[in-house]
Amino acid sequence: MKRRRFLTLSATALGGTLIYRLDRGFSVAHAQSSGKIRVPLRFFDEGQALIVAAAAARIFPTDESGPGASEAGVVIYIDRQLASPYGRDRHRYVQEPFEDGVPEQGYQGKTTPREVYRNGIASLGAGFDRLKPEQQDAQLRKIEDGYFFSLLRQHTIEGMFCDPMHGGNADLIGWQLIGYPGPYMSWAQDIDKHNGVALRPKPQSLAQVLGHKTTPWEDES
Amino acid sequence: MKTLPKVDVAIVGGGWTGLLMSKELGARTGLKVAVLERGQPRNRTAYVNGMDELDYAIRLRMMQDTSRETVTFRHSSSDRALPLRQWGSFLPGEGAGGAGEHWQGETPRFFPHIFEMRKRLTERYGAAKLPEGCAIQDWGIRYEELEPYYTRAEHLLGISGLGGADPFEGHRSADFPTPPMKLNHISVLFSDAARALGYHPCPLPSANLSTTFRNPDGVIRPACEYCGFCERFGCMVGAKAQPSNVLLPVIAKQKRVELRTGANVRRIVHKDGKATGVTYFDATGTEFFQPADLVVLSSWTLNNTRLLLLSKIGGPYNPATAQGQVGRNLTHQVMGSVQLLFDKPLNRFMGAGASGVMIGDLDADNFDHGPLDFIGGARVIASSSGARPIANFGAVSSSVTATWGSEWKREAIASFDRIAGIGAIGEHPSYRANYMDLDPRYRDQFGDPLLRMTIDYTDNERKLAAYVSGKLAEIGRKMGASEVLLPDPLGRYDVVRYKGTHIQGGTIMGANPETSALNPWLQHWQMSNLFILGASAMPQNPSGNPTLTLLALTMRTADALVGKYFKHPGPLA
Repeated sequence: MKRRRFLTLSATALGGTLIYRLDRGFSVAHAQSSGKIRVPLRFFDEGQALIVAAAAARIFPTDESGPGASEAGVVIYIDRQLASPYGRDRHRYVQEPFEDGVPEQGYQGKTTPREVYRNGIASLGAGFDRLKPEQQDAQLRKIEDGYFFSLLRQHTIEGMFCDPMHGGNADLIGWQLIGYPGPYMSWAQDIDKHNGVALRPKPQSLAQVLGHKTTPWEDES
Repeated sequence: MKTLPKVDVAIVGGGWTGLLMSKELGARTGLKVAVLERGQPRNRTAYVNGMDELDYAIRLRMMQDTSRETVTFRHSSSDRALPLRQWGSFLPGEGAGGAGEHWQGETPRFFPHIFEMRKRLTERYGAAKLPEGCAIQDWGIRYEELEPYYTRAEHLLGISGLGGADPFEGHRSADFPTPPMKLNHISVLFSDAARALGYHPCPLPSANLSTTFRNPDGVIRPACEYCGFCERFGCMVGAKAQPSNVLLPVIAKQKRVELRTGANVRRIVHKDGKATGVTYFDATGTEFFQPADLVVLSSWTLNNTRLLLLSKIGGPYNPATAQGQVGRNLTHQVMGSVQLLFDKPLNRFMGAGASGVMIGDLDADNFDHGPLDFIGGARVIASSSGARPIANFGAVSSSVTATWGSEWKREAIASFDRIAGIGAIGEHPSYRANYMDLDPRYRDQFGDPLLRMTIDYTDNERKLAAYVSGKLAEIGRKMGASEVLLPDPLGRYDVVRYKGTHIQGGTIMGANPETSALNPWLQHWQMSNLFILGASAMPQNPSGNPTLTLLALTMRTADALVGKYFKHPGPLA
């Protein structure tokens, strides 16, 4: 039997409520201030997860402009996507022959997202997560024109701003960051108002809007 | 193979046109009708849990599964085609309602010019004006013949709009059934700027519904909530007109009409020049023969063409000789949209697929092409379809070159709600070299050849896109944008970037059986008991969204079937 694997994080590393100060600086408030949480991993081992988390955190860093990939739990999102049918190209046309075409013909690679990550993580090297940020950036710049990096960048954005049922955007931290309110059922009273003035209602997840949970696609089939 | 009891009419594909035809026949005849749809069933409440950007808009949960079937693509007949391994430039739908479930809901009428484009352009500018290799041809009907059906289609869907607001529109015999949609800030800015520059802004005709509406079939739909989840989604409240909320509730009560889902049609069977039925696999992999007196093919542009080729009906098009009817005049669209950066928030998360403002001044031949070195125009729109964060995060001022890291993140956060686009959807003329045939190498889940698209842009489209983008930049600056981000110059056709799902051609209609597959009644020229519905009938790609025109054409064909064909089956033209 496969041993269950976990990513261990401090309780304040994920999510939280984003609070802006008058000087436009920010802080993140957490209900729980101490202790560890253990997130079960579906695809990565802990070493791989730490490398992907570190790379995502350089693409979308935690810095003076706010929280980033670490707080959103981007690596948890990516882990679940890769474990799902998407990760093994279940819905992609994979008939042979695989041949290189012109860019206008789209991605023609044979490797699945899972394989792309396995190879990409290996290319970053064991210990990537323990390098200094400048060293990590230098490593990433070497691969930024490659397919792994483009996939990682896209997945980082997805993990920042997806509905939290997918494992990213913990506590809606990504939506708080950009002022996106989530899937409200109606803006009929607001659509033609607030001209040029920010309307920023408290973000809500799909489960909060509906009043019940729904099953994300990665958890079906 | 199991042979089923015969039906009067077998309809292949349960999208807008196939279901509309079945509803019309169910209401007006006693004929036994079977609609064969390869996807899943749907109903009015199918989408209540569906407001999830990732699953629907990014992973494309509602679209055809490319692992089972896709198409291949190359630029020219001397290139090697490769499969679209995932969707990109267009998004075919699947399941009851087809792509009509996940559309935006923009419903312009085509300009009268569109139906007689070759004749009118030649008269106005001379034949030498047409680009080299151009294959545009006239539809075989005029706008005036279609007008009553446009009106009927608008009332079926409850289209919201303002009659008379667009000076370029053809004559309309009735105003829109519902008033225009509400407009957001960006649409108002566009409208004011366009008017100041001498253009003629008007509200987008919309199937999203500005107010509660009861259609002539008694179907009641609520007003749009402007939630921002239209395109790539089914409507959560049923305001956006979809086959599942406009047609299926009526069809469900029609005892002689059966919608058979999970039925994947592989061939139209024919003998002695007449269709005798269709063969299909059901979801369990069992093959059936469904005999029918009349076959209606309504399985979307690409599959309409593919099924004709697989069934060996009509002559396959040969680009070397320009002979043959099936597969010719493949067109898509030409995009020239610009992005505008403002110094104020726009609240772009609110919106509806078709709430916005358009101008027709730069479209079709509504402006003088005499001094210009291209033909065609573009539909220009400022809309608020709801900006969701995964697809829209990341755009930054051109002064920022980073695409990841702290600087990019800071600028992208700052820009997220300050960037808006003005869309330009350009006409795509047909060319001799752009066509479809069967791919010699790649196959679908059943082992049948995939359809192969051979298509590229020419300098005509590149000049059109550059011209319109330049005009849009002027409007953008007038709107108060602090920066106008122009698109990359139009290069070659690609299947990666989304351009809209308005692929057209392949089984085109026309007045001449040598150069068209269908007569003006959408009846196959040679096989008179085969009718083909959908945008595969359009000889070239107008800028406007095709759905309303498809519905109008389908109603016209339904009238011809009921009024003439069923009384005396045979050629209508």
